[in-house]
Amino acid sequence: MNGFSQPAKWERLFWPLLATALLLALWYYSVRWSGTKVFPSPLEVEKGLAELLRHHVLWGDIVDSLRRVAIGYGLAVLIGVPLGLTLGWYPALNQIVNPVMQILRPISPIAWIPVAIIFFGIGDRAAAFLIFLGAFFPIVVACINGVSNVPSVYRRAGRNFGLTPPQLLAKVLFPAALPQILVGLRIALGIAWLVVVAAEMIAVDSGLGFLVIDSRNSGKRYDLVVAAILMIGVIGLILDVAFRRLEKLRSVRWGFRLDA
Amino acid sequence: MSRIQAIAQTMTAPVAIKTKLSVDRLSMVFERDGTRTEVLNNISLEVGDGEFVCLLGPSGCGKTTLLNAMAGFLSPTSGEIRVDGEPVRHPDPRRIFVFQERGVFPWLTVEGNIGFGLSRLPRAEREQRIAHYVKMVGLQGFEKTYPQELSGGMKQRLEVARALAVNPDMLLLDEPFGALDSITRLVMRGELLRIWEAERKTIVFVTHDIDEAVQLADRVVVMSARPAAIQRIVDIDIPHPRDISDPRYLELRDGIFRQIGLAHKI
Amino acid sequence: MPGQTAALARLRLLLRPVAFIAVLLLLWSVAVRRAPGHLLPGPWGVVGGIVDLIRHGLLLKYVVASLFRVTWGFILAVVLAIPLGLAIGWYRRAELALNPILQILRPISPLAWIPIAILWFGVGDLAAVFLIFIGCFFPLMLTAINAVHSVPAVYINAGRNFGLSSAALVRRILYPAVVPHLIVGLRITLGIAWLVVVAAEMIAVSSGLGFLIVDARNAGNRYDLVVAGMLIIGLIGLLLDLGMQSLENVRSFRWGYSED
Repeated sequence: MNGFSQPAKWERLFWPLLATALLLALWYYSVRWSGTKVFPSPLEVEKGLAELLRHHVLWGDIVDSLRRVAIGYGLAVLIGVPLGLTLGWYPALNQIVNPVMQILRPISPIAWIPVAIIFFGIGDRAAAFLIFLGAFFPIVVACINGVSNVPSVYRRAGRNFGLTPPQLLAKVLFPAALPQILVGLRIALGIAWLVVVAAEMIAVDSGLGFLVIDSRNSGKRYDLVVAAILMIGVIGLILDVAFRRLEKLRSVRWGFRLDA
Repeated sequence: MSRIQAIAQTMTAPVAIKTKLSVDRLSMVFERDGTRTEVLNNISLEVGDGEFVCLLGPSGCGKTTLLNAMAGFLSPTSGEIRVDGEPVRHPDPRRIFVFQERGVFPWLTVEGNIGFGLSRLPRAEREQRIAHYVKMVGLQGFEKTYPQELSGGMKQRLEVARALAVNPDMLLLDEPFGALDSITRLVMRGELLRIWEAERKTIVFVTHDIDEAVQLADRVVVMSARPAAIQRIVDIDIPHPRDISDPRYLELRDGIFRQIGLAHKI
Repeated sequence: MPGQTAALARLRLLLRPVAFIAVLLLLWSVAVRRAPGHLLPGPWGVVGGIVDLIRHGLLLKYVVASLFRVTWGFILAVVLAIPLGLAIGWYRRAELALNPILQILRPISPLAWIPIAILWFGVGDLAAVFLIFIGCFFPLMLTAINAVHSVPAVYINAGRNFGLSSAALVRRILYPAVVPHLIVGLRITLGIAWLVVVAAEMIAVSSGLGFLIVDARNAGNRYDLVVAGMLIIGLIGLLLDLGMQSLENVRSFRWGYSED
């Protein structure tokens, strides 16, 4: 905004590197300066990360977490997208179902853990169920909004060309709503990633979330704790970036305003 | 009667034009939150086959509502609209509505848009038709382009091509050139007339621009403000191409100016 | 007469979702009766649980505890993240510098910070407030940054045209222009705060609605209290959301939504 001067190309690398270096230095010196015996410095975290990689613990945990996300999120998409599209298409139906959704939605998936354990026991299935819950509502809401925000010109043009209602839904409403649906799917994936970590801290015994809590409980290895936390951030970022690639496809790109 | 006289008589006898669209005492009343708004008041109108008719009036006077009713998007409160003798009850590919460029589907290419209504045709014929209409509206080279990369004029041409590709009987155009700059508008009017003379579709064209109406139409239906009623129907009896400094053109145009009650000097 | 028919119509409109909820409750209680000895309670059991909580004075106490933590964590995050975010959004170079760090920290579930929270603050209120703060800080910062970007350049240019200094530009054009966007972000983040507090209380403290859920289960498998807790969590979350929505409707903020 204070783009009274546009930053040069080299600045795009320079500033983030500078800020990160400063942050790491700040971190390192505050650990040294406070004389803490427990909180790790950046170097210790790096060593911890290497240790996790060497003992192959890290890969197993990453795969476990991703697998649970795949199952829970995949189910949420399979059930949530058609449901959301239908509810958006028939506002009368939406009006009936909406109050129930509005009450269930603010309940943290974590609060469902006791119920999940009753039905699924401790393990993958419970975690996948929680992830499903976390991703389901944002997906449904995004689909409903996507469909109801389709400009009526498109609907009318479709009818004008003689499309039957199912054809209208498939050939006009769905492509028109797709950009908004994709944004909802991306946000839901981010939520799924948050939930899996939280679920693993409580209800299962593997995965990145479990790694965080286990590193502390068995030996106060805070260097591993922070290493695991950083891994969580990095993988979450990779998931997000990968998804954004989808938004660049030409048949949906029209729905996103160009970023400066 | 000699043979030559007989031939001369048939040449000067008026050709009977079949009625394509007839509007019979149409009224439209909208109800919203308990208040009734009368938008159209007892409209009666006939449009001949292959005719180019303009509905002219200020913004908000109900001409778009009338057009939507003709297309079948709205049901009349009273009265009836018939096309080829059949009452109009719902939208139909034989009467294609052309919106103000915003009707183009942004997720399809130029080809995709033009081919939208042609899905029931075999592939070869479909591709042939698409190519034909791409050429007709002058969008060659842009077949695989997406609408967001096209200018306003090009998007409008795309929409006309899409409408024509399904070979409708009638085209209903709702201020299609309203969003374009005035230079592009002049060009587009010429293009539309060229296409109309080639394909001879029945066209009903809504506009608030008096010059546009006189330049394009066979007949101009001058409408009053809400509740809309037909003030007068003006026959434009000048052949195409029309010279805008032709005295007859100016005479007809001024007549409409006065009809609407507009000042002649600014 | 028209007033009566309008009111009747509205009543009929409410009837359908209520009927839907009634049907769900019926199915639930039938399912519970079919499986006797099952741990999960039926609807009446839940009502009994709520009555129980009220009688022991726990309901109010726990609700207040949860709201207390949410309020503090949320307000702290608002006070810090919004000005910072607006500043970062305004200065292009600051955004370039800090964006990578933000993008890595954002996908980390607040719960993953629990070991660090406990390390710094011990088990208790402060740790919970810290977690809520973390959970709200990044979304709010990103909202503020996006809000600055969403101000149309025409407004800024008009301000410069009238000769406003940088400070005046920020004060008289930027602040009013970002408010609608910020209010929406506040509502979403409050929802996040509510999710985090429940999860945080399940792990790190000994009061509040989240704690109620774990405690009820651990100390005697009181699943009627568990489900009662979940229901109350949902209702309060919904009320918080509705409250923020009414804020969005306040006249002076309305102009931001005129695109409808």
